[in-house]
Amino acid sequence: MIPENYFFAGILFFLSGAVMSCIVPRKAKNYTYVLSAIGAVSLIISGLYLSAGAQIHILSIPISSTLEFLFQGDALSGFFLTVISILTLSVSIYSIGYTKNIDNKGLMGFLYNLFILSMYAVILSGNIITFLVSWETMSVVSYLLVTFNRDEKSANAGLLYAVMTHIGTAFIIVLFLALYKYTGHMDFSGIRAASAGLPEDLKTLVFIFSIIGFGTKAGIIPFHTWLPMAHPAAPSNISSLMSGVMIKTGIYGFIRISMDVLGHGPEWWGIVIIVIGAVSSVIGVLYALMEHDIKKLLAYHSIENIGIILLGIGSSMMFGSNGMYTLSAIALIAGLYHTLNHAIFKGLLFLGAGSLMHATHTKNMEDMGGLIKSMPYTGLFFLIGSISICALPPFNGFVSEWLTYQALLLGFNAPSITSKIISPLGGAALALTGALAAACFVKVFGISFLGVPRSPHARDAKESSASMIAGMTILALLCLLAGIFPGTVISIISPSAIALTGSNGNISYNGFLSISRTFSSLSPAAIFISMLCTGIAVVVFIVAAGGKRKTVYGDSWDCGMPSLTSRMQYTATAFTKPVRVIFKKIYLPKRELSISYILKPLFVKSMKYSGEITPFIERYLYEPLTIFIRNTAAKAKILQSGNLNLYLGYILITLMLLLIFGI
Amino acid sequence: MEYLQFLIIILFSPLLNGIIKKFKAYVQGRTGPGILQPYYDLIRLFRKDMVVSVVASWIFKATPYIVMTSVIAASMLVPVITLKSPFGIIGDVIALIYILALGRFFMALAGLDTGTAFGGEGSSREMTVAILVEPMMMLSIFTAAISAGSTNITRIAETQSMFYSPSHILALSAFIVAVIAETGRIPVDNPDTHLELTMIHEGMLLEYSGRYLALMEWAHYIKQMLLFTITIDIFFPAGISHSTEIYGLALSSGVYILKMFFMAVSMALIESSRAKMRFFQLPSLLGGAFVLALLSLLMFIMMGGK
Repeated sequence: MIPENYFFAGILFFLSGAVMSCIVPRKAKNYTYVLSAIGAVSLIISGLYLSAGAQIHILSIPISSTLEFLFQGDALSGFFLTVISILTLSVSIYSIGYTKNIDNKGLMGFLYNLFILSMYAVILSGNIITFLVSWETMSVVSYLLVTFNRDEKSANAGLLYAVMTHIGTAFIIVLFLALYKYTGHMDFSGIRAASAGLPEDLKTLVFIFSIIGFGTKAGIIPFHTWLPMAHPAAPSNISSLMSGVMIKTGIYGFIRISMDVLGHGPEWWGIVIIVIGAVSSVIGVLYALMEHDIKKLLAYHSIENIGIILLGIGSSMMFGSNGMYTLSAIALIAGLYHTLNHAIFKGLLFLGAGSLMHATHTKNMEDMGGLIKSMPYTGLFFLIGSISICALPPFNGFVSEWLTYQALLLGFNAPSITSKIISPLGGAALALTGALAAACFVKVFGISFLGVPRSPHARDAKESSASMIAGMTILALLCLLAGIFPGTVISIISPSAIALTGSNGNISYNGFLSISRTFSSLSPAAIFISMLCTGIAVVVFIVAAGGKRKTVYGDSWDCGMPSLTSRMQYTATAFTKPVRVIFKKIYLPKRELSISYILKPLFVKSMKYSGEITPFIERYLYEPLTIFIRNTAAKAKILQSGNLNLYLGYILITLMLLLIFGI
Repeated sequence: MEYLQFLIIILFSPLLNGIIKKFKAYVQGRTGPGILQPYYDLIRLFRKDMVVSVVASWIFKATPYIVMTSVIAASMLVPVITLKSPFGIIGDVIALIYILALGRFFMALAGLDTGTAFGGEGSSREMTVAILVEPMMMLSIFTAAISAGSTNITRIAETQSMFYSPSHILALSAFIVAVIAETGRIPVDNPDTHLELTMIHEGMLLEYSGRYLALMEWAHYIKQMLLFTITIDIFFPAGISHSTEIYGLALSSGVYILKMFFMAVSMALIESSRAKMRFFQLPSLLGGAFVLALLSLLMFIMMGGK
């Protein structure tokens, strides 16, 4: 009963948070977020209990003799419950300070709690109807949050988000209806039991529709277009939740349908997912590198990380269909571990970006600079987030990427030649992604935090309030802890892995993370300790051997020219120029240079330079599609003449056709 | 003894650089500085006062220590003269590459920290080269790792089973290109120049002086010897001792010195016979090496894992 008690207590806190926002909207920040933070703690406990195993029945509300709202939890839901609650805890604490200066505090508090509740509802849904209602609630509430800042840009982003997410939902509805029609069950456990008898074609259809439906929410390429628009439009605490956990509900839905409910499919399913993962990760990070809007950049990184998660999940599916359950579990653990890690560090980075925007009033990195001096804590935590997302030891991103590498290398043990080749190529894509991400975060951190302030706003920036820092502190600590103690994290994941693959992966983790079949071993804790000891030894050696020397402070080297200005620094555009040139086949860069002369060709009055890249998926997939739909709609106008008699005629014809063919 | 084998890399890495320089000078018909010159340079730098830019933050000051830490921590994971490396199981070759990447990450940040164009230029180019090198380096190691059934370096060295097969030679040539790029040698970068237009590694270090510069230089020497050692361990480990008995260790040290000398001579020859490439020609060289690594892997798989 313990998990249920904590669960209901937590939900009550969120509900009362939402109610408080309505009752005392002006004081909302004092109550709402404290209540949601307490609720989150309670749900972390409940999630940890749940992730340890045993399916529990939480709540069922009958609506008719055949329909009911059913909420239940198993290990997988428990894991996602924990992930969502961990981020919610930090974001709630952060929001206390962050929402101080926004308009509509009450509305924000209300939607915030509703948004979190809807995500919980999605991962705890036990049947099709509950899932769809929760899913739709989540989409609508998040749409309202995306358009919270009422400007044109947010409205457009919100519209795109609403359209894309509903296309995704349409596919999900169709796949659910197909499953219901063939199995006769509404609840997931019933469908799972009957799924073995499904025809192969139907399974394939369900699989493909689940990629499109859930992939749209998760932001895989090419269904990602809404993500870099919508996430930056929302207030930063919301972007943090959207990027950190909302897109993970897409991953959850995909695992639930394609791995749990359908069981093992043919091998090519896994290979398709590995390819999608590799493409999403590389293309996602390539576009991130070209972005100077700090929140848009982070949004593109979410696409990249979803790709990395899919590399793990795809390998798991590929092993599963070959009956290699131990390897399948290792790969699934890698994917889920990265799911948790991404929630932590991406949440942290979005909160950091929120603090930056709060302090500098801009999203453009080119107007920041030198902030590490005025915002030391935010700087340190943003640095930790950056190191984590670049998968550098000793932080958490490294452990999950290491596991993903192992999973991909183990792909060599698969029987078919395609998997043997695709898996290591996935590994190469992961290496490329890692290097690109490192370049990207050197750019982000170097341009916005280091050097000389590039604008008056950046010069006058102040450190964020205590609660905002506290929210980030929790996540930064978790980045380190999840990087040093992988055993603890894996023990939370492995019941889900056992439930889904029938094996715990035989990863032994008594201090070491060693992959079975003598493949490889890693001890993040030992690496951390050895780095720590080495670091201390180096400092001691330098002080002892070098003695005390004077340090003189002077200007940076200016080639003898007097006084460098902030405009002479490397910019983000300049930093990424080599990448833009090397990958020009992907970026299709365009540049315009217009010069106006006083006297041609020597005396230049002014020069104007602009450069941009062509987002080829938007340009070559979505634009033609939009034009096609518009044209078709224009042609369909002929049918919609506005004449009532004609419409009655349509109904008559439809009825007649139904009578002829329907019976 | 086996605990301390990483000290070999730390202590003798300046000597290795001295030998490469000497041999390069010999090939080019110069006398060149003595092989101990790098030690003198380091000692001189350690004794000097420092000039630090007023713009620099704590990142600039922490970076030399972090870079040094990263290369030493990475060296611990590598067997040098005996495979009975106690640190071998705490991290594998992937961990090693990512630990080195941590050092590079901070070095690039330090380049941007002083707010000059040179530093930014160096950082930008360094990260670009890393983008091209890292996947290629990983892929060439994958072939060895898959054939050994492990990514741990000791294990790869123990079970090196693809000796001098075509895939082995292809992977080795790709890896050598990666090593050249990572150590900042011609044709990727020129270690002997401070010319603004061409420098990569030196650009990031431009603002450093005194003991910070000494640390950065030393770390660079260690990284170079470390990468040579990995090449030896992964691609021609024959002769390395499997135990810790004195006779075996002596033999193993001799073999190691010979191999290292061979690596140094090859590097000097490559450097002397090539001109530095234009920066934007690098993708063709590094991309070519990537294709070699890919071919190596495909060939390994097609030939049924041999």
